[in-house]
Amino acid sequence: MLNAGLHPTSQVLAQTGHGNRIAARAEPDRLATETMRIWDGHTHLANVQGGKPANRMARLLEYADRMHIERLVTFMGWPFDYNPGPDEIRRQNDQVLEAIQAWPERALGYAYVNPNHIDRSLAEMERCIVRGPMVGIKLWVARRCNDSALDPIVQLATNLQIPIFQHTWLKITGNLPGESTPADLVELAVRHPRATFLCGHAGGDWEQGIRTVRPYKNIFLETAGGDPTAGIVEMAVRELGPERVIYGSDAGGRSFASQLAKVSAAEIAEQEKRLIFGANLRRLLGPVLKTKGVKR
Amino acid sequence: MQIIDTNVNLSRWPLRRLPLDDPAKLVARLHHQGVVQAWAGSFDGLLHKDIAGVNLRLAADCRKYGNGLLLPFGSVNPALPDWEEDVRRCYQQHQMPGIRLHPNYHGYQLDDSRFARLLELAGERKMIVQIALTMEDERMQHPLLRVPHIDTGPLLELAGKRYEVPIILLNAFRSLRTEQVAKLVAAGNIYIEIAMLEGVGGVEKLLREVPIDRVLFGSHAPLFLFESALGKLRESALGGTARKTIGLDNARRLLTT
Repeated sequence: MLNAGLHPTSQVLAQTGHGNRIAARAEPDRLATETMRIWDGHTHLANVQGGKPANRMARLLEYADRMHIERLVTFMGWPFDYNPGPDEIRRQNDQVLEAIQAWPERALGYAYVNPNHIDRSLAEMERCIVRGPMVGIKLWVARRCNDSALDPIVQLATNLQIPIFQHTWLKITGNLPGESTPADLVELAVRHPRATFLCGHAGGDWEQGIRTVRPYKNIFLETAGGDPTAGIVEMAVRELGPERVIYGSDAGGRSFASQLAKVSAAEIAEQEKRLIFGANLRRLLGPVLKTKGVKR
Repeated sequence: MQIIDTNVNLSRWPLRRLPLDDPAKLVARLHHQGVVQAWAGSFDGLLHKDIAGVNLRLAADCRKYGNGLLLPFGSVNPALPDWEEDVRRCYQQHQMPGIRLHPNYHGYQLDDSRFARLLELAGERKMIVQIALTMEDERMQHPLLRVPHIDTGPLLELAGKRYEVPIILLNAFRSLRTEQVAKLVAAGNIYIEIAMLEGVGGVEKLLREVPIDRVLFGSHAPLFLFESALGKLRESALGGTARKTIGLDNARRLLTT
């Protein structure tokens, strides 16, 4: 018999006899995630078992179900490539397309683009977003994001009303040559005031990252990937407001557990957690989801 | 589910206030989440030279807060003068079941003869030795407090010689891959906890490489959010028995043997 309290996919998975999921369902929700309508804004297929993209997504969703995550946004295929060439950009986006098209009710994707290959990047945006199901773009470490080479990509993203996810990290150990800092993202955001940017990983060194993006309202802070250090979300909410904070995990390299805890265990109001866990991302994705007919 | 958390700290992290760095608040949260015992070191042990004072305060706070929930694990710094007295006091005066070491903050390596001597002293007293391999992600350390991770290579040989001393590696997974942890665990009486274990389904993957009886629950609270470690036991495909083994039984067995 189906358990009406479970998400439909979880009901199907529960029927196949995953005892731990059923056992977890019976325990009180000490993690306080069950009713939050969580959309995870940052996941990967790399470091996930399963072979083919659709199978990897299935595996990822098994873990997501245990943690009450409703939907995953995923990007970049595997293996990770700092500076993919044109063919590799397309191949990795094909992997993500296969994964999200196998799970349209549970998964969304961003197109991986590389400002070192503008023509291919713009073509991928056309293919994957305008004519395809993807709903945003991912920029990683091929080129520092304050470079004017990014401008055509950002301009198209702005026109499409999609978010631009930019990896950022400020490392005392030294950044990769093309690895952006939050300050780099600010330069780009100032140049494109109508664009919507996600500051990936909260800048890594989040105490500095939060302060760096604070004045720039078109930059939203994404929480994924760093250690589950206490206080990150409290500071983000205090300095940016809860509407500018977006939950993400960086799973499969990170656990869902450590990243969910940043929000679920933060000393903020329940409604603020709901915003961060999913409502903010749904709001940002609203225009493009509407064009795809995806319900929020 | 009842939990023994083998990795918490009292006092204040030197670089930032934490929501639960008040011991009453920390204990309340741990209790709420099912923790029946928490093995507590002190953040003061990282940098304070008056280690005896650190341990006095730690023992006092553990008595004062939590109605026995907190179990003190005192700091010992074998690079300090008369450090062996700190071991004696931890055992005899404070009746601590174990000690917690921070070699990277104290300036010695695990092939130091003083560390070997410390293991002897701990073994004579049947004390547990915890070694915190790191406290934080090296990429975001304060520029004036850059502390390298500990080289665990010497432990491979030492662990085999000091089999009577249980050694718990805290925060191991920032600097060690699973296969390295598996080698260490196989070398002697070495245990690890899950505070810094990452990757989706991390615990179930760890158990493919490391025997379950060597895996402990640890949170690194209050610097890390307790719920991170708690969630890892849910995230992986573990049965109730496995979760109890990791969450409670392994730590309890260490205290009673």
